[in-house]
Amino acid sequence: MDQNIIVRLQDIVVDFDEEAVLDGLSLEIHDEEFVTLLGPSGCGKTTTLRVIGGFLLPKQGNVFFDGVDITRLPPYKRKVNTVFQKYALFPHLNVFENVAFGLRLKKLGEREVTERVEEMLALVGLRGFGLRDTATLSGGQQQRVAIARALVNRPKVLLLDEPLGALDLKLRKEMQIELKRIQQSLEITFIYVTHDQEEALTMSDTVVVMNHGRIQQIGSPQDIYNEPNNAFVADFIGESNILDGMMPKDFVVEFAGHAFACVDGGFAQNELVQVVVRPEDIQVVPAAAGQITGVVRTTVFKGVHYEMLVEQAGNEWIIQSTVASAPGELIGMRMEPDMIHIMHRSEEALAYMEEEEGADADEA
Amino acid sequence: MRTRRKGIAAPYLIWMVVFTVLPLLLVIYFAFTDKQGHPTMANLYSLGSYTNVFVLSLVLAVVATVLCLVIAYPISFMLSRLRAGRQGIALMLVMLPMWMNFLLRTYAWMSLLERNGLINRFLGLFGIGPFEMINTAGAVVLGMVYNYLPYMILPLYTAMLKIDSSIIEAAEDLGAGTWHKLWKILLPLSKPGIQTGITMVFVPAVSTFIISKMLGGGNFWLLGDLIESQFLGNAYNYNLGSAISLVLMVVVLLIMGFTGGFGQEDIEGVI
Repeated sequence: MDQNIIVRLQDIVVDFDEEAVLDGLSLEIHDEEFVTLLGPSGCGKTTTLRVIGGFLLPKQGNVFFDGVDITRLPPYKRKVNTVFQKYALFPHLNVFENVAFGLRLKKLGEREVTERVEEMLALVGLRGFGLRDTATLSGGQQQRVAIARALVNRPKVLLLDEPLGALDLKLRKEMQIELKRIQQSLEITFIYVTHDQEEALTMSDTVVVMNHGRIQQIGSPQDIYNEPNNAFVADFIGESNILDGMMPKDFVVEFAGHAFACVDGGFAQNELVQVVVRPEDIQVVPAAAGQITGVVRTTVFKGVHYEMLVEQAGNEWIIQSTVASAPGELIGMRMEPDMIHIMHRSEEALAYMEEEEGADADEA
Repeated sequence: MRTRRKGIAAPYLIWMVVFTVLPLLLVIYFAFTDKQGHPTMANLYSLGSYTNVFVLSLVLAVVATVLCLVIAYPISFMLSRLRAGRQGIALMLVMLPMWMNFLLRTYAWMSLLERNGLINRFLGLFGIGPFEMINTAGAVVLGMVYNYLPYMILPLYTAMLKIDSSIIEAAEDLGAGTWHKLWKILLPLSKPGIQTGITMVFVPAVSTFIISKMLGGGNFWLLGDLIESQFLGNAYNYNLGSAISLVLMVVVLLIMGFTGGFGQEDIEGVI
């Protein structure tokens, strides 16, 4: 991957009605990178995209494109193109003219327009659809037109705002692979917004996890999944057991009433921490062989594995295992040192945990 | 099923026959007969001497329609982009003048435009004027624009509501500046509203008689005035009046056919 920074956001602040939507956001995006902005609705990911696209002027901060400040440049002068959430195809133009729109504004010759449009339609798998009315296309086909319409202008950066949100699951999976293929064959940067963590993990080189207008973590899909920075990331990306713990010394962590060996160090002595263990990283063993023991409450078949809720000393654990244990059974649980992830207990993380507990209480 | 459906339509059919078809037939009958009821083409032939009235009416109506379109277009666009809650209030402000009596509105303009009217007196404070504003073609056009503007705004607004903001953003994203956005996206997508608006302004404007009388001071004898004088005025010749009405109707139909201004679906949204 080319390490040139193509888009740089610096201390971006955006607020609607006095409420901060983006709260001093800074981000660097490299050439030819597939970056996903991931987070729950209202986290500021679409707002970030609109700032890059030029549809929203931030209250503070700067946007740089290829090193040049473009904060105040209108969208039509920016070398980025957008695929909108609801496609936003021009209803009065056919497929060909939709795709040709940007080229016609550039006053290219008829021959070049035809060539480039046909090339793009072929790339997105819509060869021969040029004369069709966009209203006669399926959702997936309309999305392909929207992608072709943006890419035909040969942008250096393509912005995609939840482009697969309206498609059904099977089509979505196909399009995920398709989008990744297009991005790699054109060798350009994709900035992709989604709330679907699986989508983010499947396609991205880099995932940017956002919440409350702030970046929670930036990293490769593996980093984000295996080494979450805080409780929010751990909880948002896949399922997790998150527990309070304490580090009596390096490489030892106490939680759930037991001292576990771990691979983390560098914490203050007896520092209070949070511990994340993925449900699939807990081994179910006979009670006598376990580091800790618990009672199975429920067992649900999920296809590849069983998912069990286990109660242990007042903690509730989610465990995924290919072998089922019956409800009521006493089981032992083992965790390898490198399966235990330790996080600082930041104020933000604590606030998040309280919020979650509040939400749980509401549901109950 | 079919007969029952026809049965439901019966009152409307009767209404149409009694109040639309019959009067229309009467107009045609009178246009082609003389006072004794003998068939004649004299009424139509004599219209040649009123050519200047036809031309003046058409020109003033066209000017008023174009002005309405130019003024209403940006207003309608801004209305359609307001937040849902504010749209209602803004729309009510547009409609508000329509709730006042038409004559009253036009009288108000008389007192504003008069030689000793409000505007001239205000300008006089700065030593400007007085200007001859009332009894001019400009005053007549102003009266038309003022009275018929809401009929242009409403269909335009309805058409523009259907244009999703993301479509305009997409155009901007693909390199369209203000002019291109207007020309390549907004105008084609709001075409049904434009056609309906033109119809709803042009038709009453070309046949008005009150506005020209009150603001034109009798200097601008329009088709509406001519027709009125044949039925209610001194001339009293409803055969000639019918002939003029008939020709006016044909002219309007031709013009509307030309601009494609029968946009029925869009009137529905307004009324």
